[in-house]
Amino acid sequence: MDLFEHQARELFEEHGISVPRAEVTDSPEEAREIARRLGGRVVVKAQVRTGGRGKAGGVRLAADPPAAELTARQVLGMDIKGHTVGKVMLARPVDIDAEFYVGYVLDRAAGRFLAIASAEGGMDIEEVAATRPDAVARLPVDPAEGVTPARAAEIAGAAGLPPQTVDTLVRLWGVLVREDAVLVEVNPLVRTAQGQILALDGKVTLDDNARFRQTRWGDREPAPEDPLEAAAAARGLNYVKLDGEVGIIGNGAGLVMSTLDVVAGCGARPANFLDIGGGASARIMADGLSVVLSDPAVRSVLVNVFGGITACDAVADGIVQALDSVRPTKPLVVRLDGNNAARGRAILDERAHPLVQQVTTMDGAARRAADLAHAADAA
Amino acid sequence: MAIYLTKESKVLVQGMTGGEGMKHTRRMLAAGTDVVGGVNPRKAGRSVDFDDRAVPVFGSVREGIETTGADVCVVFVPPAFAEGAVVEAADAGIGLAVVITEGIPVHDAVAFTAYAKARGTRIIGPNCPGLITPGQSNAGIIPADITKPGRIGLVSKSGTLTYQLMYELRDTGFSTCVGIGGDPVIGTTHIDCLAAFQDDPDTELIVLIGEIGGDAEERAAAYVRDHVTKPVIGYIAGFTAPEGRTMGHAGAIVSGSSGTARAKKEALEAAGVQVGETPTGTARLVLARLEAERGH
Repeated sequence: MDLFEHQARELFEEHGISVPRAEVTDSPEEAREIARRLGGRVVVKAQVRTGGRGKAGGVRLAADPPAAELTARQVLGMDIKGHTVGKVMLARPVDIDAEFYVGYVLDRAAGRFLAIASAEGGMDIEEVAATRPDAVARLPVDPAEGVTPARAAEIAGAAGLPPQTVDTLVRLWGVLVREDAVLVEVNPLVRTAQGQILALDGKVTLDDNARFRQTRWGDREPAPEDPLEAAAAARGLNYVKLDGEVGIIGNGAGLVMSTLDVVAGCGARPANFLDIGGGASARIMADGLSVVLSDPAVRSVLVNVFGGITACDAVADGIVQALDSVRPTKPLVVRLDGNNAARGRAILDERAHPLVQQVTTMDGAARRAADLAHAADAA
Repeated sequence: MAIYLTKESKVLVQGMTGGEGMKHTRRMLAAGTDVVGGVNPRKAGRSVDFDDRAVPVFGSVREGIETTGADVCVVFVPPAFAEGAVVEAADAGIGLAVVITEGIPVHDAVAFTAYAKARGTRIIGPNCPGLITPGQSNAGIIPADITKPGRIGLVSKSGTLTYQLMYELRDTGFSTCVGIGGDPVIGTTHIDCLAAFQDDPDTELIVLIGEIGGDAEERAAAYVRDHVTKPVIGYIAGFTAPEGRTMGHAGAIVSGSSGTARAKKEALEAAGVQVGETPTGTARLVLARLEAERGH
C-alpha cells in the first residue's frame, strides 16, 4: 500500500525525522485558515499517489491566505495521471541550500534492502541513475545488522552527503523496519539556509502482508476509487478492474494472468483480473460472478479453472449455485480441467443453463469468450 | 536422481496438526513421500494416524532430526510464526525447508532467507506450492496424480501454471517440478533450479515459467545463455497486467518500465529460449523440441 505524502510525513515525524510544518485539508476555506496558522506564505501540494505531480501543476506557491484558498480550490479535484486530488497539504516554504536523495528499496534479486543515496536530490532518481550512475550510491544493508550510525556514515560518505544526514539515515531505517515498509524514500532531503536537515517530500510503501501486526493501518487505507473494485474488496475478492469487455474468473494468480493474456491474444480485451484462489467455495464463485456481471463493460465471461487441489466437481457445484443466485444476463464460457473434470462437466451439462457453454481447452475457451464478446458488440 | 527431493528424502511437517497441514500430509503420504514426523511443542509425544500410517509428533525440529534423520521440512504454519519456524529448522541443521505459507511480511522473508543461507539450509518459497519428484516424493501441495515420472524439469513462480503444464505434459512426465513462489523475496530462484536441472542426468529438457515483477527471468535468461546446454522452453504470464497493480501474487507487479512480461520474453528469446504464447502452446513447443532432440 502506497501512502500519501502527508501520511509519510506524519510517519517521519513520529520517528524523529525533521519535517516542515504542514497541515492537510480537503476544503479551500480551511486552506486559508491553515495558511494563516503557518505564517501566510505556503506551498500547496496535491495529495496523489503518483509521481510527476509537480510537472502536472499539483505543487504551487501561494503568497498569502486568500491566495492559498484560491490555489487549493484549483488544485482540489484536479486529475493527475488518472488520480483525482482529494486533499491538499499546505506546508511552510523553506530556504533550500542543498537537495539530497535518500531511500531504502528492496533488492529482490539479492533478497535484502539496498540504501540508495545521492547528493543530487529533487529530481527523479531513476533519471539520475540512468544518466549519471556515478552520482547515485547503492549500498546493501545486512538484515541482521540494519543501518547503524557507522553504516549510515558509510552511506552518506559514498553519496557525498554531509555528516548531518547520518541521523536521518538511521531514523529512516527505523521507519522501514518498525512500520513494515518495503520502500521509504525522502526526495528531496534538504539542508536549509539555516543549516537544518529537513525531509521535504517522501514516499512510503507499506507491506500488505504485515497488516496482521500493523493494526494502525486500518485508518490509512482508502477504499478503492473504482466502484467495482470497492465492491470486490468488500467481499474479500482478489480483483483488479481493467479496460476490456471479457470478464475473467480463474483460480491461481499465474493462471488468471495467463488467461488475460490468452484472451488478449484472441483479439479481445480482458475486463478484469479475478483470482478465486485454491479450494474456492460456491460462495466465492457466486460473489465473483456477481461482481464481474455487474460490470457494464462486460460482454461475455470466461471461467477458467484448473483443478489441482481443487476438485472440478466442487467448482461446478459452485457455478450452478451462483447461476441460481446471480441470474446472469451475459454468456458464460466455462473451462474445467484437471481433477474430477469429467464430473464437473457433467454437473454443468445437467444444469443446461442456456447462457453457459463449456469448452474443454483453455485456448478454445478464450477464443469462444472473445467471439461472444465481439458478437454482443455487433448486436 | 531428480533435484532437491528423492524417494530417500525424509520429511518433517511443521504445522502438521493444523487443518492444511493434516490435509496435505495425507496427500504427501499418498504420493509416496516418506513423512517421518510432525513438529508441534504442544503435542509432542503423540502421533497422528493417516490411514495406514501413524506419524509421530516431535517437540522440535531438532528432536525430529535426531530421532528420524529427517533432511527436509515442509512449513505450513501461519505467517506470524513462519520466521520462527524457519529459523528453528535452520538452527537444527535441516538441508531443505519448503515454506508453503502465503502472506509472510517481506522483512521476515529477508531475515529468514539470509539466516538460512548462512547456515547452509536451502529455502524453497515462501508462498509456493512446494516441489514434487513424481513417483518418488512430494513436499508441499502440488497434486501428485495429474502427471507421472519423466524427463522434463520444471521451475515456476506460479502454482496453477505449474499444475496446468504438468497436466498438459502428463504423458511425457517430469523429473522434478519446483514451485519457487510468487513473493518478492524467495529462497530458491529460477537460476538455482536451472543449475540443478543442468546437472541432473534424469532431466532432458527444462521448462521455465515466469511472470511479471522483478528481473528474475532476465537473470535466468543470462544464466541459460552462459551455463545451460539442455533445451529450455519458457512461458511468461502477465502481458496484459496494468502498471502499478499487484496481480494476485505479492511479487507480481510492474513498476514503471521494469518487470514487464515483454522484457522477460525478449530476454529469454535473446538467450535462445523458445517462449510459448499460451500454456498449451508452450506444452506443444516442449513436445516438438523433445521429438527433435530424440530424433538426432
